Amino acid sequence: MPPRLELRNITKSYPGIIANDDISMSIMPGEIHAVLGENGAGKSTLMKIIYGAAQADAGEIFCDGKPIAAHTPATSRALGIEMVYQHFALFESVTVVENIALAVSSTFDLDALARQITELSNRYGMPIDPHRRVHDLSVGERQRVEIVRCLLQAPKLLILDEPTSVLTPQAVVKLFETLRQLAAEGCSIVYISHKLDEVQELCDSATVLRNGKVTGTARPKESTSAQLARLMVGAELPEMHVSPSVPSDKPVLEVRGLTAPARDKYGVELKNISFEVRGGEIVGLAGVSGNGQAELISLLSGERTHGNALSIQIDGKAAAHLNASERRKLGMAFVPEERLGRGAVPPHALWQNAVLTAHRSGLVRNGLVDRKQASNFAAKIIERFKVKANGPQSSAQSLSGGNLQKFIVGREIALEPKLFLVAQPTWGVDVGAAAFIRQTLVDLSRSGAAVLVISEELDELFEICDRLLVICQGQVSPPLIRTKTNREEIGLLMTRVDRGNGTNGRGEVAIQD
Amino acid sequence: MDLFIAIFTGTIIAATPLIFAALGELVVEKSGVLNLGIEGMMLMGAAFAFWAVIAGLPMPVAILAGALGGAAASLLFGVLALTFLTNQYAAGLALAIFGSGVSAFLGRNFGSAPIDALKKIYIPYLSDIPVIGPMLFRFDPMVYFAIVMFFVISWFLYRTKGGLVLRTIGESPETAHAIGYPVIRIRYLAVLFGGLMAGLAGAYLSVAYTPLWVENMTAGKGWISLALVVFATWRPLRVLLGAWLFGGMTILQLQGQALGIAVPSELLSALPYLATIIVLVIISQNRQMLALHFPASLAKPFRPAT
Ligand SMILES: Nc1ncnc2c1ncn2[C@@H]1O[C@H](COP(=O)(O)OP(=O)(O)OP(=O)(O)O)[C@@H](O)[C@H]1O
Ligand SMILES: [Mg+2]
Repeated sequence: MPPRLELRNITKSYPGIIANDDISMSIMPGEIHAVLGENGAGKSTLMKIIYGAAQADAGEIFCDGKPIAAHTPATSRALGIEMVYQHFALFESVTVVENIALAVSSTFDLDALARQITELSNRYGMPIDPHRRVHDLSVGERQRVEIVRCLLQAPKLLILDEPTSVLTPQAVVKLFETLRQLAAEGCSIVYISHKLDEVQELCDSATVLRNGKVTGTARPKESTSAQLARLMVGAELPEMHVSPSVPSDKPVLEVRGLTAPARDKYGVELKNISFEVRGGEIVGLAGVSGNGQAELISLLSGERTHGNALSIQIDGKAAAHLNASERRKLGMAFVPEERLGRGAVPPHALWQNAVLTAHRSGLVRNGLVDRKQASNFAAKIIERFKVKANGPQSSAQSLSGGNLQKFIVGREIALEPKLFLVAQPTWGVDVGAAAFIRQTLVDLSRSGAAVLVISEELDELFEICDRLLVICQGQVSPPLIRTKTNREEIGLLMTRVDRGNGTNGRGEVAIQD
Repeated sequence: MDLFIAIFTGTIIAATPLIFAALGELVVEKSGVLNLGIEGMMLMGAAFAFWAVIAGLPMPVAILAGALGGAAASLLFGVLALTFLTNQYAAGLALAIFGSGVSAFLGRNFGSAPIDALKKIYIPYLSDIPVIGPMLFRFDPMVYFAIVMFFVISWFLYRTKGGLVLRTIGESPETAHAIGYPVIRIRYLAVLFGGLMAGLAGAYLSVAYTPLWVENMTAGKGWISLALVVFATWRPLRVLLGAWLFGGMTILQLQGQALGIAVPSELLSALPYLATIIVLVIISQNRQMLALHFPASLAKPFRPAT
């Protein structure tokens, strides 16, 4: 039997960088094959080449033993190759069902397709409402749409570029069941993830890339994560140092009785939310996306303002009525979950993206941008966070996903905020860099800043947070002390339907006033 | 009553070329391409249609010739803007100037004699109803065809997969390419369609509206169509209403001039332009609706990633 997919000597370079260097590999029908590597190793580039969305400079691609000629995404789709893009390929102005209709070749019957989507997405544990506009979806929900779109097609070769980066653990379990089933039916799967435990659980074989070259292969089920990590990074992982926190007396961020209507008819109403974050501590907000996080984040960041000025206080000052820029003046910094579009302007250079939020720290003089300063500022971020980029001049969209994430987080941390809001801080970041970002967050808080992390990744929250909040259906639980709670309790709170008042028995209120 | 009927029918007729041109441009812009050259394509359409009539060809053939003239001109824009990725503003402006020049050149031999205009049809029975008959059922076929095109285009854009593909290409050609759509080819089709429609608009001017050849006879109607699309916030129904508004103001100011109202006629002639723009600006204030209908990649050149 010929391999489902065979790559021979694929090479691809971008200005100043060889993204893929003489890569060969092959995948048999029914095989689940992982492609591992650090941020910027060339994984996404290779996937785009397999799918025809980018063209290799040299090399050949065979599908079922036949070379693929005139390779575009259209030819791939005709061959039964489907891909979940790392940065999604969805149209924001139209609905979920319309997005999916564009990719399936059945007759144009949106109602029937919508029913199919509802049914299938529920079965896969990734419920999505087919009639919502993609623009209004969180990244987690968008990821579900991308995956469901591919699963609807009955593909022969499925390429998944970090499909679980913002998926809930429950959805991941269901997804893996589905993927195993697909593989048993003969579908080959190429799987990219920075979550090594997932790779060990799911994948039969793995190819490891570093700096665009194949540096090794592995049998993930027979290896330990540490071995895989070493293969990827080429060194041991740094150890985390979480020193005990010394919270400040007064809260830096105080939310009191925050109530707000849903953003739109699919949004979630926020009901009487109260919590506080003190200087010197990291508070985590856990929850399944679509439970009011979007509303809460937009109110906290100042993207949306609130009539009751006192319901959000920053450093003791009423702030709910202030816009994002005025809140930044109070010492707030913010990393949104959408890195392309909200976090960075894709076609602009990194130094220009740095000016967007750092213009107060001396990058603008007399109303004019000081290019040299801005370049230096960006260069410093690139160096400190080991962003793999071709200098401050390279455009944001030319960076690999994880590297852009490192740049955005770095840009905000470099502002030395008093209050740091960060959503999905390590989305798509490799294990080494994720450890570094987490350590930086811990260090930032220990130097006195208040840090609020919003994440669906419980492991991450448990690793760095001092206290945990759970958001569910627009309500926020009382704070739980990290050391006195566990994943089961948080998991229950994340999915509980009704909620008692005050403490709910096993959790403890962390700070008593 | 007769005056009212005259104003009403005059409005519908004056709006017809705008409906063709603006709906055509709407489809082009929905695909993310900005073709500023409507004026030039209309003039090409007008010249080709007029030329076909004086060459003795039957009226339907002449109108078709006009449409093809517009399409040929749009192809030129397509090659510049879509294949060679020239700046779309520049390519469109070049087309406007080019069309005006070529039509003037063709028109040197047209003479100044009027031709037999496109015939009005009196729809049997319906046209005999008092008031409504003369108001609605005594137009030439192109007037009805423009309305039909409005329904066809609205249906295509919002009810068919083709329309969905077109709109989403206008939002993000990169994404459309990433899921396997031939962006450039679809944009070519949109541009050609816009050319056909602008050609029809021009043909209507020279063989029905004012059936005699005058150089630059479009008199800015191409530019007004362009503005209509923008101020109608890229929505077909608003384009239609905007065109009628403009047509109505045109007829009213003509009536005003005829009645000798004590306002300089130059100012009166400016009225339709001013009124249309003011009304459309007022209705296009809702930013969310605007963001929803605006083709986000408008006028940005696209080349598939390599
Ligand atoms: N369009 C582009 N223009 C210039 N450079 C690019 C472009 N796309 C990718 N690169 C570069 O190619 C290299 C490999 O990028 P790629 O996206 O394949 O990495 P990756 O392995 O997927 O990383 P991550 O885990 O962060 O997603 C990076 O250094 C990136 O900057
Ligand atoms: Mg990638």
